Amino acid sequence: MRQEIRICGFGGQGIILAGVILGESATRAGLRAVQTQSYGPESRGGAARAEVIISDGEIDYPRVTKADIIVALSQPSFDKYAGDLAEGGVVIVDADLVDAEGARSQPFQSVAEEVGYKIVTNIVMLGYLGAFMDLVPADVFEATVLDNVPKGTEDLNRRALEAGRALFAKGGPA
Amino acid sequence: MSAFDYDRVIATIGIAEPFAQGDVACAYGALLGGCDFFGGYPITPATEVAETMARLLPRTGGTPIQMEDEIASLAAVIGAAWTGRRPMTATSGPGFSLMQEGIGYACMTETPCVIVNVQRSGPSTGQPTEPAQGDMLQARWGTHGDHELIVLAPASVQECLDLTRKAFNLAEEYRTPVLVMTDGEVGHMRESVRLPSREECEIIERRPPSTGAADHLPFGAAPGTSPEMAGFGTGYHTYVTGLTHTEKGLPTTDDAAAHQSLVKRQCEKISGNVEDLTHVEHNLQEGAEVGLVSFGISGRSAAGAVRQLRGQGVKVSHLRLLTVFPFPERVVCEFAESLDRVIVPEMNLGQMCHVVREALEGSARVERVSKIGGEIITPDEICRAVVEGGDPVRCEYGAGG
Repeated sequence: MRQEIRICGFGGQGIILAGVILGESATRAGLRAVQTQSYGPESRGGAARAEVIISDGEIDYPRVTKADIIVALSQPSFDKYAGDLAEGGVVIVDADLVDAEGARSQPFQSVAEEVGYKIVTNIVMLGYLGAFMDLVPADVFEATVLDNVPKGTEDLNRRALEAGRALFAKGGPA
Repeated sequence: MSAFDYDRVIATIGIAEPFAQGDVACAYGALLGGCDFFGGYPITPATEVAETMARLLPRTGGTPIQMEDEIASLAAVIGAAWTGRRPMTATSGPGFSLMQEGIGYACMTETPCVIVNVQRSGPSTGQPTEPAQGDMLQARWGTHGDHELIVLAPASVQECLDLTRKAFNLAEEYRTPVLVMTDGEVGHMRESVRLPSREECEIIERRPPSTGAADHLPFGAAPGTSPEMAGFGTGYHTYVTGLTHTEKGLPTTDDAAAHQSLVKRQCEKISGNVEDLTHVEHNLQEGAEVGLVSFGISGRSAAGAVRQLRGQGVKVSHLRLLTVFPFPERVVCEFAESLDRVIVPEMNLGQMCHVVREALEGSARVERVSKIGGEIITPDEICRAVVEGGDPVRCEYGAGG
């Protein structure tokens, strides 16, 4: 088993943190994972990309070659990074931010705003993605999220994660 | 100075199996190698080494200091070593260039120290956030004059920890700077890391003088060995200079015999121990006519290519160098004995391929897979070179990556 996941968006959206949490949660579930990242010199804006390889064996090449899952939280990053999808691969985008035909389009950002703050859009997305991938037990996934967010924001992030899971449970437009 | 305390370091790291960046793992490896001084200056993509050392080192009784630049950083590290510390600095391309003078000074004064270079794309300020392997020959030859030093190349987060830890022991054993040549990809990559056991964390201590102060020769040692080292403040007269010096450490700049014996001894203490210093990983296949010689992050691309090629029934062997210098010439030659072609993938326009070709002296054709610009080499690019032929070592700079 080798799962290749790419998460992209613009700098400041927590793209890399989302990749870190996804990778770390897999290692906590007894799998192997490598998380890599690319970004420009700017700390806000620009295109950010995190890649996660999850495997039950040793991981040699640490980057995505053909993505099993691509998540895009901005139009420019979708245009730039959604190319190399594996056959049968899945694209997941934010319905509010990305126009992509054939993708699983979900309102991550507006759900985040309902939860409280736009800043937890990445965690809403992770709730959805974690449920969709179903590789890591929900409690392990949640613990990984809470260990990686700033102290004092646990409740907000827990609600964001729940809201993301609910989006997946609800199904919604495929 | 504080004695190495394994339990205290493990408690300070605080996580049993961290999912950590390569840079952070270098810092963990330093702490587990007994590092008690860090002098540095922040630079992408090496800053996380300094940040982690700044955060953790005081809690293990050590001292981190941010200097005004990289020249001063290495100067502080060298000074710290002479007060008995096990010191480290970390930097990237532009800072590494500034450190070249200090590296030569550390070679000439036989100062144990560890320098991590998280290589980024150059020359000059280049592409700060993009990885490269463009400093490999600078690591070997960047400082002027005849010298040898030890250069290691980790390919994973685990190896960032393991090789940095090991670097501290090598620095003391051989009284030399040891360079840990990682890169922006490995430095910022996260993987889970196993922390070594107490038994694995053996500390090779500096050898103090075995004679009284009156008889101590601070730079006197048998050919091919390094001298015992008396730190400042230990009651021994110690004069430390970058000028050619006598066994007493005093400058002697017009004595050919003194220069020859000093510099040859310093070179041979490294080159003469190449077998002990060699650390490689073999993945051989019976009947293969093509082999890959790799190091660092490109070794992971090569491993991916080997997996793909063998899946398609193409025979290929792989040798990955963890010790890059002193160059393991005998091992590389033996690896190439039954091969027609040896391909060196590296994230530069051809550096280690020259060293490999020199070692093989025509016994196998040496080709390269070169890539610059920030993306690591893909397994497909190496597979193509294996099947269709790589670029010649003597390169014409085409339009490709």
